[in-house]
Amino acid sequence: MQHLRFLLYCTLNLVSHQASHKILASKVNCCAGVYSALNCQGYLDDKQIQTYASDGSPLMAHISHKVNHVEFSTGSLGHGLPFAVGKAILRKRRAIDGKVYRLLSDGELDEGSNWESFMFAGYHKLDNLTAIVDYNKLQSLSSTYNTLDLEPLEDKLTAFNWHVIRCNGHSIADLRATFAADSNSKPKLILCDTTKGHPITFMANKVDWHYKPPSKSQLEQIFAELHSFYK
Amino acid sequence: MRNSFIDCLVQFNDQGGNAFLLVGDLGYSVVEEFCEKHPDKFINVGVAEQNMAGIAAGIASEGFHVFCYSIGNFNTFRCAEQIRNDIDYHGFAVCTVSVGGGVAYGNMGYSHHAIQDMALMRTMPNTTIYAPVDGNETVACFNSIVSSRNPSYLRLHKSGERLITNLNAIIEPGVPQYVAGNPASKRILVTSGFCGQGAFDYVQINSDFCHYTMPAWGLKHKDNMTAFLDQYDEIVVIEDHLLDGGFCSWILESQIGNVNILKIRSKAVLTKAIGLVGSEQYLHAASKLFDL
Repeated sequence: MQHLRFLLYCTLNLVSHQASHKILASKVNCCAGVYSALNCQGYLDDKQIQTYASDGSPLMAHISHKVNHVEFSTGSLGHGLPFAVGKAILRKRRAIDGKVYRLLSDGELDEGSNWESFMFAGYHKLDNLTAIVDYNKLQSLSSTYNTLDLEPLEDKLTAFNWHVIRCNGHSIADLRATFAADSNSKPKLILCDTTKGHPITFMANKVDWHYKPPSKSQLEQIFAELHSFYK
Repeated sequence: MRNSFIDCLVQFNDQGGNAFLLVGDLGYSVVEEFCEKHPDKFINVGVAEQNMAGIAAGIASEGFHVFCYSIGNFNTFRCAEQIRNDIDYHGFAVCTVSVGGGVAYGNMGYSHHAIQDMALMRTMPNTTIYAPVDGNETVACFNSIVSSRNPSYLRLHKSGERLITNLNAIIEPGVPQYVAGNPASKRILVTSGFCGQGAFDYVQINSDFCHYTMPAWGLKHKDNMTAFLDQYDEIVVIEDHLLDGGFCSWILESQIGNVNILKIRSKAVLTKAIGLVGSEQYLHAASKLFDL
């Protein structure tokens, strides 16, 4: 749910008002959020969205450039940031208005290609690039702490010459402020502290829900908790 | 060959072209002129080929034709998934340019021997393979590459190539080019890339063969091969690459179900040459590449 809120925020508030911005999602499993945001904006109609992941649908269960207004397919991790860096340096050199935004997962940061890109973007002072890390501290099999432990993540990224801002990833107000903040002529990295599964009580902070679909009764509980949370 | 490529790239941009050159911290005494004349379209991305391929896709998505330059295996195998997903799948105009195709970096060892690169790159559905035999064919390959917005792989040798083909040739993917020998012969040597120079020498003293190069080919360009090979009784395919997955394998695949397949012989780098140290000539000899 947090992914959906965040991507809705980005898509509705940035793309719709400033077409020169580029928003790209490397956090591949958030495609349902991306497609939903496109649906809310009218880029995907209600009939198309219902075909999600079904036979012959363009809406594959990872982000697909076969879908209108999606520029870059992802699925394998560590590909998104280098692509965004390429767009950012070209647009900076050509003095093209607008920023490039790239959503990353925390588990994805295990991939060395991201660190090649962090080094490159910091060196080239790509201040038109913003990377957002969904730092929910869970990856595919376990926590980030029990896998490679990304910490001290802020210090590492700061050492790579990025302007790092940490915020509550569940707070639209926090996100709004960090998006608006100056990056001191550096690429900006927004480190969003989040909880996977938030705000559903039985899903929060559990690896299982990376894989499992909810049962019908669980789905009813999810809707009830969502209505309660966002009322 | 390397210089012909860079000359083409410089001239292309001098004339208003939109080529962007990325190098993986390689290209000493090759890329300087481009860097000096078109600094806004040049980046040394450092020794980081995965990043280079991803950045190339990003720049190409903004309308540029991007060239990623490095040594054989570095900008292919090291970043194979980036080429597959980011470049080929999206159909971006990115040309992966490798130098030292085959065993050109002979005594540098196995890490520098590009003898499986074509096997990798030719499985990319949207990518065309370009492997010129000399500087003139390099020019023709470049012109073909920039005439489309498709992904491509340009496999260059290192240095010391003689000019054996005509300047200003126009090449098409999947169409063999006559080079030398008796054009009426029923025996043909087919090559792709630098090793065609050895085939050229062979037909000078064996007039019962003719020699054709195949400078451009790929997964989507097999349709012409049957009609072409039908003309010959004996077909010898020579390549500075392993047989498995290489140029001869591509020809064999094009002839599945066709009697031509029985006429084809392969001369390729042998696995026993892997790990040997020596000159390019020494390594070719170890594989008996031109003992026909």
